[in-house]
Amino acid sequence: MSEILVLVDHAEGAVKKPTYEMLTLAARLGEPAAVFIGPKDKGSEVAEAVKRYGAGTVYVVDDEALKGYLVAPKAEALQQVMEKSSPGAVLIASSAEGKEIAGRLAIKTGSGLITDAVDVESDHDTAVTTQSVFAGNYTVKAKVTRGTPIITVKPNSAAPQEADGAGTVEEVSVTVSDAAKGAQIVASQPRKATGRPELTEAAIVVSGGRGTGGSFEPVEELADALGAAVGASRAAVDSGWKPHSYQIGQTGKTVSPQLYIAAGISGAIQHRAGMQTSKTIVAVNKDEEAPIFELVDFGVVGDLHTVLPAVTEEVKQRKA
Amino acid sequence: MKIAVCVKYVPDATGDRHFEDDKTVDRVGVDGLLSELDEYAVEQALQLKEKAENPEDVVVTALCVGPEAAVDAVRKALQMGADQGVHVVDDAIAGSDAIATSLVLAKVIERGADGAPYDLVMCGMASTDGSMSVVPAMLAERLSLPQLTLASKVETQGAQVRIQRDGDTATEVVGGTMPMVISVTDQSGEARYPSFKGIMAAKKKPLETLSLSDLGVDAGDVGLSVAWTEVAETTARPPREAGEIVKDEEGSGAKALADFLAAKKFI
Ligand SMILES: Cc1cc2nc3c(=O)[nH]c(=O)nc-3n(C[C@H](O)[C@H](O)[C@H](O)COP(=O)(O)OP(=O)(O)OC[C@H]3O[C@@H](n4cnc5c(N)ncnc54)[C@H](O)[C@@H]3O)c2cc1C
Ligand SMILES: Nc1ncnc2c1ncn2[C@@H]1O[C@H](COP(=O)(O)O)[C@@H](O)[C@H]1O
Repeated sequence: MSEILVLVDHAEGAVKKPTYEMLTLAARLGEPAAVFIGPKDKGSEVAEAVKRYGAGTVYVVDDEALKGYLVAPKAEALQQVMEKSSPGAVLIASSAEGKEIAGRLAIKTGSGLITDAVDVESDHDTAVTTQSVFAGNYTVKAKVTRGTPIITVKPNSAAPQEADGAGTVEEVSVTVSDAAKGAQIVASQPRKATGRPELTEAAIVVSGGRGTGGSFEPVEELADALGAAVGASRAAVDSGWKPHSYQIGQTGKTVSPQLYIAAGISGAIQHRAGMQTSKTIVAVNKDEEAPIFELVDFGVVGDLHTVLPAVTEEVKQRKA
Repeated sequence: MKIAVCVKYVPDATGDRHFEDDKTVDRVGVDGLLSELDEYAVEQALQLKEKAENPEDVVVTALCVGPEAAVDAVRKALQMGADQGVHVVDDAIAGSDAIATSLVLAKVIERGADGAPYDLVMCGMASTDGSMSVVPAMLAERLSLPQLTLASKVETQGAQVRIQRDGDTATEVVGGTMPMVISVTDQSGEARYPSFKGIMAAKKKPLETLSLSDLGVDAGDVGLSVAWTEVAETTARPPREAGEIVKDEEGSGAKALADFLAAKKFI
C-alpha cells in the first residue's frame, strides 16, 4: 500500500483540526503520512500529535529557507518529498495558499488536481472525491486520471478518527530554486486572535449582514452564548463593520457548520455560495420576503435587535 | 510596459447554471458574461496604465480562452479601456480543465504583445463558475514567474511591485520584480463601467482571434478527453425542505427559536 501524504495545516507548529480530518480520509486510501513544513524543532511535537490520527511517517521539512517567500518554495519542497515517498495521493487543506501550492504541484508533477473536496472515498483503490459546485446547487463526484491525485480538502470533511500511527520522523532537506524566491514576504501582520472558534472549522456560525446596521453586539453575544464563530456578509464587510476575514460567500470563506444562523442577511446567491451546505440553517430577518427564508430550517420574521438578545438570554438560561 | 489581463467568459451566476450531458459546464445554453471577478483585474491594469508617467507606453491586452461567444468578455474589457484583445477559440478546447486552460494561456502569454514580452500578467482571484483559484498559480509555474496573488492592493515603482495579501492567518505585504503574475481580489477597488465613449472606441480596437495551431498547441493536449481529472457523476442538490417560519410577536420569535435550537440539541 502506498503512502498518502497529508500536508500538515498548522500555525507555528500548532496542528490544526483539518490535518486530523485529512489523515482520517487518507487512511481510506492508503497509509497516512504527514508532511510538516515548519520550524524543525517543532517536528517531534507535531509527530506526537499526528501519530494519534494514524500518521506513519512524518516528513519534517525545516522552513528556515522557505518562510520568507510566497507559495512557490512550499510546492518545490512537497515535490521533493513526493519523490522520496512515491505517494498514492496528496491531500492539502483547501485554504487560499493550499490551493495555490496544489496548483503548482500539479503542473510540476504532471498530475490531475481536484480542489475543495468535501469528501474522499476509495473505489477500487482510486480516490473518488465529492465537491459542491454552483453555489452548492450541484454535487459532483470526480477522480484524477493522470499522475498522482492531488486533492485539496475543505475543513469539516470528515470526523477525525483516532488511530495509532508510528509517527516516525524523517527529516528531509530540500533545495529551493532561485525562481521560487521571486515573491518575497516583506511584512506580515498576524491576525488578532478572537478567542472564538476558527470560522471554517466551527460547529456553529452566527453571521450578521447589513441589517445589523453596524452594531454586531447582538450577533457576537449570541455567538458566544452558543460557543460559535462570527461571520459577516459582504455588505457588512464593505461597510467596514468587520474585516474581510469574516466574510462568508463566494469571495470570502465557505463554511459548512452543523448550524448557521444568518441575522440581517438577505441571502444573495454569492452569500449562499459560502453557507448553503450548512446542515441546519436559521435566519432572522425583518422582511418575510427575504430570499434567505427559502433556505432555512427555521426562520424568524422580526427585528434582529430584539430577537437575538432575547434568544441569547434563553440560551444562557437553558444552559445554566 | 506590457500588461496582459486574463479574462474568462462564464455563465451568469444569477441564471440557471447546469451541466451538459457530457458533464461539462454548459457555456453555450445560458447567458454568459465577463466574470465579475476579472473586472477587478481589468480595473487594476487600467489604473496602472493611468498612473504611469507615460500612459501611452503602457499597453493593456485582454486575453481570453473560450468559445465563440466568449469574445463578449474581451469586448467588455476593451470597452472598459483595455487597448487590444486576443481571443483563443478552438473546438478542441471545449471541456478543458484548469491544467489545459493554463497551458493555452501560457502559450498566448509567451507570444508577448507587439513583439515584446509581457511585464505583468494580471488575473482575477477566481472564476465565478469553476472557482478553483488555481490558474494564476499554474501560470506562474508554467512561465517560471513569481506569483503575487490575491492582492487587495497593488503598487508599482518602476519594475518593483508590492501587493497586500489578506491571507487566512495574516495580512502580508509581498514584493517582487517584474515580470510576474498578479491576481487581484474584489477588495482591490470597484471596477469601472464602460462609458459611451469607451463603447464606441472599443469597436476600433484590435481584436485578434487565434486557434490552437496558431499557438503551436497540440489539440491532443487539451479538451475533455485528455483532462487529468474525470467527473463521474453530477447531482442536482435536492431542494431544501421548506422550513418553519414564525413571525416575532412580543418575544414569541426568540422563544420559538430557542425551542428549535434545544430540540436540535444545539443548547
Ligand atoms: C462578484 C461578487 C462577489 C460577491 N461575494 C460575496 C460574498 O462572498 N459574500 C457575500 O455575503 N456577498 C457577496 N456579494 C454581494 C451579494 O451580492 C450581496 O450584495 C450581499 O450578500 C448582501 O449583503 P446583506 O445580505 O448583508 O445585505 P442586504 O442584501 O442589503 O440585506 C440586508 C437584509 O437585512 C434585513 N434587515 C434590515 N434591518 C433588519 C433588522 N433590524 N432586523 C432583521 N433584519 C433586517 C433586510 O430585510 C435585508 O434582507 C458578492 C457580489 C458580487 C457581485
Ligand atoms: N479561460 C480563461 N481565459 C482567460 N482567463 C482565464 C480563464 N480561466 C481562468 N482565467 C484567469 O484565471 C483566474 C482564476 O481562474 P480559476 O483558477 O479558474 O478560478 C481568472 O480570474 C482569470 O483571470
